[in-house]
Amino acid sequence: MGLNGLNILRGLVVTFRHFVETYTEDIRARRAGEKRYNTQEGIASRTDKDVRGIFTIQYPEEKMPVPEEFRYIPFLVYDEGEDGKKALRCTSCGICPKVCPPQCIWIVRGSDPVTGRPVPQPTEFYIDVDICMNCGLCAEYCPFDAIKMDHEYEIATANRAKSDIYDLAKLSKSASYYASIRPVNFAREEAQREAERLAKAARKAA
Amino acid sequence: MSDSASISTTLDLAALFPQTVTAETRAGFIGWVAQTNALPEVARRLRDELGYDYLTSVTAVDDFPEDRIEMVYHFSRTVGGATLELKVFTSRADSVVPSLTPLYPGAEFQEREAWDLMGVRFTHHPDLRRILTWEGFAGHPLRKDWKEPYFEEEAKPFKSRWPNGQIVRAETKNPFGDNVQYPAGFDPEACITENDEALYASMRRFGAAQSEEDGLATDKMIVNLGPQHPSTHGVFRMVALLDGETVTDLRPVFGYLHRNHEKIGERNTYLQNIPFTDRLDYISSMSNNFGYVLTVEKLMKVTPPERAEYIRVIMAELTRIASHLVSIGFLLNDLGAFFTPVLYALEERELILDIFEAVSGSRMMCNYYRFGGVVRDIPEDQLKKIGDLVNERLPRKIDELDRYLTRNDIVQVRTQGVGIITAEQAIANSAAGPVLRASGVPYDLRRADPYSVYDRFEFDVVSYNHGDVYDRYMVRLDEIRQSIRILQQAVKTLPGGAILAGKPAYQVKVPAGEAYGRVEGPKGELGFYIVSNGKPNPWRYHVRAPSFINLTSLVDMCRGGKVADAIVVLGSIDIVLGEVDR
Repeated sequence: MGLNGLNILRGLVVTFRHFVETYTEDIRARRAGEKRYNTQEGIASRTDKDVRGIFTIQYPEEKMPVPEEFRYIPFLVYDEGEDGKKALRCTSCGICPKVCPPQCIWIVRGSDPVTGRPVPQPTEFYIDVDICMNCGLCAEYCPFDAIKMDHEYEIATANRAKSDIYDLAKLSKSASYYASIRPVNFAREEAQREAERLAKAARKAA
Repeated sequence: MSDSASISTTLDLAALFPQTVTAETRAGFIGWVAQTNALPEVARRLRDELGYDYLTSVTAVDDFPEDRIEMVYHFSRTVGGATLELKVFTSRADSVVPSLTPLYPGAEFQEREAWDLMGVRFTHHPDLRRILTWEGFAGHPLRKDWKEPYFEEEAKPFKSRWPNGQIVRAETKNPFGDNVQYPAGFDPEACITENDEALYASMRRFGAAQSEEDGLATDKMIVNLGPQHPSTHGVFRMVALLDGETVTDLRPVFGYLHRNHEKIGERNTYLQNIPFTDRLDYISSMSNNFGYVLTVEKLMKVTPPERAEYIRVIMAELTRIASHLVSIGFLLNDLGAFFTPVLYALEERELILDIFEAVSGSRMMCNYYRFGGVVRDIPEDQLKKIGDLVNERLPRKIDELDRYLTRNDIVQVRTQGVGIITAEQAIANSAAGPVLRASGVPYDLRRADPYSVYDRFEFDVVSYNHGDVYDRYMVRLDEIRQSIRILQQAVKTLPGGAILAGKPAYQVKVPAGEAYGRVEGPKGELGFYIVSNGKPNPWRYHVRAPSFINLTSLVDMCRGGKVADAIVVLGSIDIVLGEVDR
């Protein structure tokens, strides 16, 4: 086999072109008046199928936008009534702790202080986020749309023993927050609930 | 999808071996049962006369509380077709089975695993040591009466979580230090070096025997590559016996990342296992999901709708591209082309992972497949992205990578003729995937034992003939192109309709029985063997991990080569330690 190095040079042409493109792309973008760095459209252009030149996103100065379906640590959704009262959707039915693969969800079901009978509300709700594997099964199988996966992924702490067991207060987030991170899912679920309500009303009328 | 039961019964083993083999009679179970001492003879005839030249999977099932352990063997033909299942029974108290390693060297690691995790001893096994756990490990963890340090209950979901779930961390109940057991009379401080010394001594004896053959007494040196070494792709150790620069013998040592995936899997419900399979070969989680749900669907007798089948194929092929890109890139790293090629390859992988993230919710731990379908449909914009990627960008970029690397003089000199394994060796060692196909055996499950809707797509099975590192690289490069071909067809012909058979259910009913399901993963044949007893949790859950079994060939490939080549050879096998160690 001839080791004349010609094919190495051919390979180097590829590398060199990549190198040159990092400059030419920046110059082209500047001429076209595009902001290539530190803007959302700049990030979008660098994750596009036609991307040339610089490919990397400079985290944490720049952040990749997370898609709607992105899932990280679950949270509990509450609806806000007219009087500003928070109403948790959770009924402590127990499906999420049953479906959870690493068994990181702990729920104390509420009970009536007088009769002692269970009431559809959790008195305590814990998620051990050290153990949570972000699989999203709890959100997937919740029949009340009460537990959903969050988009907040920067949760590193210095003291896991103190901060990594999330309780009811830390887990509760408003339905409007949910609507802001997952607009498509939220709209679909609301439409479905509305349809069910109408169907129920129609049944009652009939 | 072929029905393995109907094909394996066409070969009537009971008629061929009237004295020693009977048909499996339990409902839901398939295959044949051989008498334990007749196993080597039956296996020999299967291999030499009946064409079952490939031992796919070896595993054991504990029938606790009955005093019985079943050894389960799956044989295949490299010309294609379904597997043939053969079992032998032994007792739990005194589990001894003849080893198949002399006939099928590919059984070596799998039998060591069965010894390690299930406590089955194999007579005539050349090197029956623990393989995944360490020497100071007490007991055989896959036995049903063995309990892990943080044991809570036999099966999930645990009762403590609801309705009175006052949180307690397991580590506070059973703090570190109190949660380990050692065999009687074992001193963990003293024994570590002792066991390593035994390994080194056995290798030195081998080296000394070789030196005497030469008639020249030369000093051989033992060098540990790893466990902490950037070239080993994870926590993996190669103990090499060196004669100068030449590797005369080599033993892989692994299990540093072992977490007993199978025991966890037997505690989990069927659904809970899906996200755990993501963590096997974490480069290709979609493929792992695929193999697992396919196996459970076999037991449940569920067929996913058309659209779901196509989506599954799309995701699995994207995964194959991503995995092969990583493999090629890091192979170049091992060759000393530090990080430029791998970063070019990772760019394309990133674009694929963006799609995974938007569709499944996670870049790597996808958890996307469900029994009877997939979680959610591919959104229209992502489908367009996939189309753009496979029709425009990827073909161009793969060509660029090809121009950049394939003819490069250094790549050729360093990889051609290095780490050779012949077709016969590869088949005997139960090598799978690109390692097998680079040795001239065109065995690809997508064609050999088609599953899902692969029979509808036009693509070629790639194979090369030299069996060296270069050909393994070429197989991967060409397989990317074939995957792109499949994707182009799948995206174009994707049918509409439902993406899940039936309603989403978190508790699936799996009838009692057994099933072995397999897919052609990027690393090779990824198989799942599941035994159900009708309860919500699998009774036995076994993973036939391709990169684990492919490592059997490492010694054959490295012996006689240089130290620097051993690293390249390891890179060319493309192991992922999450799957090797499980």
